[in-house]
Amino acid sequence: MKDTLRKLCEAYGPSGNEGQVRDLIRSEIEGLADSVRVDALGNLIAVKGSGGHRVMLAAHMDEIGVIITHIDENGFLRFAPVGGVWTLGLSGRRVAFADGTIGAIGLEKLDDRDRVPAMAKFYIDIGASKKDEVHLKVGDMAVMTRPFVTNGGRWIGKAMDNRAGCAVLIETMRRLKAPKHEVAFVFTTQEEVGLRGATTSAFGLDPEIAVAVDVTGTGDTPKAAPMAVSLGEGAAIKVRDGGMLAHLGVKDLLVQRAEENGIAYQLEVLEGGTTDGRAIQTSRAGVPTGVVSVPTRYIHSPSEMIDERDAEACASLLVVLLENDITL
Amino acid sequence: MTTAEFLKTITEAHGVSGYEHNVRDIVVQEFSALCDEVRVDPMGSVWGVKRGTVGGRRIMLAGHMDEIGLIVKKLDKHVIRFTQVGGFDVRVLPGQPVWVHGRQSMPGVIGMRPPHVMPAAERDKVIPMEDLFIDVGLTAEELAQQIRVGDTITLRRGYVELKNGLVASKAMDDRAAVASLLECLQVLQGLKHNWDVYAVATVQEEVGLRGAMTSAYGVAPDAAIAVDVTFARTPELPETGTVEADKGPGIARGPNLHPVMYDRLVETAKRYEMPYQPEPVPGASGTDAWAIQVSRQGVPTALLGLPLRYMHTPVETLSLRDVERCGRLMAYFIADLDDTILDSFRPALPEGE
Amino acid sequence: MMDIGFLKTLSEARGVSGNEGEVRDHLARTLRGVVDELITDTIGNLIAVRRGTGESPLRVMVAAHMDEVGLMITAADANGYLRFQPVGGIDARVLPAKRVLVGKDAVPGIIGVKPVHLTEPSERRNVLKVDQLYIDIGAKSKDEALGIAPLGEFATFDTPFQYLQGASIEGDEPRGRISGKCFDDRAGCFILHNLLQKQYPFDLYGVFTVQEEVGLRGARVAAFGIDPDLAFVLEGTVCDDSPKEDDVSPTTTLGLGAAISIADASVIADRRLVDLLIETATEEGIPYQIKQPMVGGTDAGAIHLQREGIPSVPVAVPSRYLHSPESVIDLLDLQHTIRLVGAALERLPAVWGSRGGVA
Repeated sequence: MKDTLRKLCEAYGPSGNEGQVRDLIRSEIEGLADSVRVDALGNLIAVKGSGGHRVMLAAHMDEIGVIITHIDENGFLRFAPVGGVWTLGLSGRRVAFADGTIGAIGLEKLDDRDRVPAMAKFYIDIGASKKDEVHLKVGDMAVMTRPFVTNGGRWIGKAMDNRAGCAVLIETMRRLKAPKHEVAFVFTTQEEVGLRGATTSAFGLDPEIAVAVDVTGTGDTPKAAPMAVSLGEGAAIKVRDGGMLAHLGVKDLLVQRAEENGIAYQLEVLEGGTTDGRAIQTSRAGVPTGVVSVPTRYIHSPSEMIDERDAEACASLLVVLLENDITL
Repeated sequence: MTTAEFLKTITEAHGVSGYEHNVRDIVVQEFSALCDEVRVDPMGSVWGVKRGTVGGRRIMLAGHMDEIGLIVKKLDKHVIRFTQVGGFDVRVLPGQPVWVHGRQSMPGVIGMRPPHVMPAAERDKVIPMEDLFIDVGLTAEELAQQIRVGDTITLRRGYVELKNGLVASKAMDDRAAVASLLECLQVLQGLKHNWDVYAVATVQEEVGLRGAMTSAYGVAPDAAIAVDVTFARTPELPETGTVEADKGPGIARGPNLHPVMYDRLVETAKRYEMPYQPEPVPGASGTDAWAIQVSRQGVPTALLGLPLRYMHTPVETLSLRDVERCGRLMAYFIADLDDTILDSFRPALPEGE
Repeated sequence: MMDIGFLKTLSEARGVSGNEGEVRDHLARTLRGVVDELITDTIGNLIAVRRGTGESPLRVMVAAHMDEVGLMITAADANGYLRFQPVGGIDARVLPAKRVLVGKDAVPGIIGVKPVHLTEPSERRNVLKVDQLYIDIGAKSKDEALGIAPLGEFATFDTPFQYLQGASIEGDEPRGRISGKCFDDRAGCFILHNLLQKQYPFDLYGVFTVQEEVGLRGARVAAFGIDPDLAFVLEGTVCDDSPKEDDVSPTTTLGLGAAISIADASVIADRRLVDLLIETATEEGIPYQIKQPMVGGTDAGAIHLQREGIPSVPVAVPSRYLHSPESVIDLLDLQHTIRLVGAALERLPAVWGSRGGVA
C-alpha cells in the first residue's frame, strides 16, 4: 500500500481537476475490476462482483487547493481557497500548478503579528516580475506540494485526505478474492467543495448499502480537542460527524465484522467536518450508509500523518465486509 | 390511545436523531390501528398509509420524531465528555438530569465544577460544552464496561400539565407534530377522502432535514403538509416572527410554501371555524417543508406550525388544543381534496400578444 | 437587434422569490408562437421548449432566474407602519429612505428614517438594522395596514428603468449603460428570451426559474424533471470595478464583455464548456472576461448536482450595485453575451459527444 499511496499523495488533484489522480488510479486498478467507467462529473467507478447487494464504496480523489483569482501588474497571484484551507501556516508554503509550476506563498506586511491574517493578505509568487511574464491564468488551481515520507509505520504527506482512502479502496480491490456482492468502488470528485461527486454518483448507482472511506481527526496530540480516536489504534468506525449520523445497522455490522476477525477498530465521534457518506445517505429514498475512517493528524495541512496499521485495518475490515453476507 | 396519552408517551420516549427506534416502535403500533399499511423506509422514517376511496393521488404529512440530544464523545476517568446532536443553548445544560443510553439506560446528571472553587469572574462566563460532563455515579472501571463512545444521551424531564390545557415536556419539538398526525388519522376514520394519505414520522430533522428529504423522494407525493413547532410569543420576544400559544396552528406563507396550499388551508380553517395564525416566512423555513418542496420535480408543500414556548429546552411548552386543531385542520383539508387542485398547482399562463 | 423596451418591461416587472407571476406572464405572452411548448411546473418555473432541427440528439438546458431579492411584510404596528424582513440577500445599508411598492397592487410605500437632526452622532455611525426599519404606506391603523398588505405580502424596490448619459440602441451596435432594478437576473431572462428566437440543431429547454435568490430552488426541480445533457446558466453578476488603491480583482469589469465563470461558490464549471465558450469568443471575436473565481453562487450550483450529474457553466452580464435598488449594466456586454452563448450553442454538437460529454 505504501508505494501506491506515495504516488497518490504526490499527484496533483484539486477539486474539479482530478484528472491526474484518476489516471493514476486507473492504472493501479488495471485488471482488478469487471468494469471501469467515468461519469459526467468525473467520478471513476469500478465495479467488481455480482449477486448479493449493490454496495457502494466511496473515497474522494480531490484534495484542497487554491485558485488564482487575480494577477496583479507586478506578476503576483492572488488566490481563493478551494475547500477548507486554513490561513494559519500558509506563509512560506509551496504550491504546484497542473503544469508543474511551483510558487511560494508570501504574506503582506502585518499590522498585528498576533492575529491570523485574512486570506486576502497572502499571494503566490512564481518569480515573475510583471503581469506579462505570468503564463498562468485566472481560474488555474494549485495544490500544496511536499514529498511523501515515512517514519517507520507513520506515513506523512500532503493529501492523505483522502488519497489514504483511495489507497484503502485500491488495497481492498487487490485483496478481495470473492466478493459476495456487486461492489462499486467509486473514486469521487469534488468532495472538498461540497460532496458533489458523491451526490451524483450515488444517484446513478442507486446502491442498497454504502460505506464511505475518508480520514478523521484524532485526540491524541498535545492539548487536542477531546476525541477518543488515536493514531495506531485501528480503523475508525464512524458514529457521527458534523454532517451525518452513521446508519446504526451498518455501524453495528462493521463493529461485528471487526470483532469476529480480530481487526483493530475504534468508535469515532467527530465534532466538525463530514464525508461523502453524508451525501450518499440521503440519495434518492435513502441509503444505509456507514463510514470507515483512517485516523489522521494535521488534516488539511501539507503534513498529514497516518499510521500504516490503521490503513491496513481499514482495508481488512472492508474485505471481510464484502466477503460475507450483509443483513441490516 | 388518545392524542393526549400518545403525546405524553412519545415525548417521554427517547430518540435522538439517528436513534429514533424506541419512538418508532410506539408510532408504528399506534399508526397501525389507523392505517391500511405501515412501513419503515431505509432511513428509518415511518410511513402510515391510509388509502383513499379513489386513490392514486398521494398527500404526504410529515412530522419529525427525532429529538435533539447529546452523544458520548469520550470517557474521561469516571465522567462522560459529550457533544450534541442538534442545537442546544449550552446555557441550559448545567445541572440537567439526563438518561445515558449505554448497555442499558441509566440516569445521570450534567455536572460542572462547583462555583465555590472558581474565581468570582468565572461565574459571569458561560461554561463551554467541553468543560461540562455527565456523572452516572459509576467508577471509571464500571463506566468503561457500561458506556461506549457514540452512546446517546437524552434529557430526563417528563410530561407535566400546566393550567389552561398547556403541557410541557422535552421533545415536544417535534413529537407534538407526530401527535397531530395521529389526531388527523383518527379524525379521518370518520371522513371520506379520495386521496391516499401518507402520514410520515420522519427521522433526523434536527441534523439537516435528512429523513424528510429521503421520505419525500420515496413517497413521491402530489402535495405535502409538514408540521413543526414554531415560536410562541413570550415576554422577551417581539411580535415579528412569533405567534401565540393556544390560538390555533400557524399557517406559513412564503417562497417555501405553495400559495394554493396556503389558500386552501386558510379556506378550510375558515369554513370549519377553526382558529389559525398566518405566519410569514421570508426564506428557508428550517423545517421538513424545506426539503420536501424540492424533492424530485417539486412538491406543492404547506407548513403548519404548533406554537411552542422555550424551544430546544427540556421544558418545551405548548397547548394540547393546538395539537388537536392542527390534526383536525389537516383531516378536513384532506377530506375536501380532489384532483381539481392539481391543475391549480401549475401557474396558468396568459395568451400570446 | 435587441428590443431594450422588453428589458425595461422585465426590469420593472415585480417578482420577489415565490411571487414571480408578473415576470413569468410577460415572458410567456411574448414567447407564445415562438417556441414549440410553453409549460409551468408546480413550483412556478416557466419552461420554454424550442424543438431542434433533429441533427443533434442533445437535450440542452439554458436557465435564467425570474426572481429578484425583495422584502416580505411580517407585522404591522398599531399606527399602521409595516415591519418587514428581506427575501434573499439584501445588504441592510441600502434600505433606509427608499421607495418601495407593496403587494400585487403595487401600493407605494416609503422605508422611513429618523430626521438627521434628531440623531446622535454616535447613532449615525451604526448601521440601521432591518428590525429597526419600517414601511410607511400612509395607513393609520394596524387593521388598515394589514388590509392592504397582509402578513406574508411581498414588496419590491420602486425603480424606473433609465438610460444613462449617451446610451443608445440606434444602429447595429448599442452603446452606453442603463440603470434599473434586478438586472440580476432579468438581464439573463432577456438573453434567454433572445436565444429562444432561433432554432438549434438540438432541443433547447429554456428554463426561466423561480426562487434562485432563496437557495436555487426552482432550477433544481426543473433540472431533475428535464434531465438535460448539459446546461448553461445566464446571470447578471457581481461587478466591483470602482476605483481602488490596491491592485485587486474587480470580479468583473463593465464593458469588457461576457463574463465566463470557471468556478464560484456553488459550482466548479465543466471545463469542456468553459473551453467551448472561450474558443467561441476567441474565434468569433466576441469580447469576454473570466469572472473572479469563487465569488457568488448561481442556479448552476443546483443543476449540476441533479440525477447523475449535469455538466454546467454560468455566463453572465456584469452588473454594478447588485441587490440594491439601482443596478447598472452595459448594453454592449448584454449584446456580446447573447452572441457568445448563441454561437457556442451552434458549435456545441461538434464538440459534445455522447451523454455525459465523454467522448
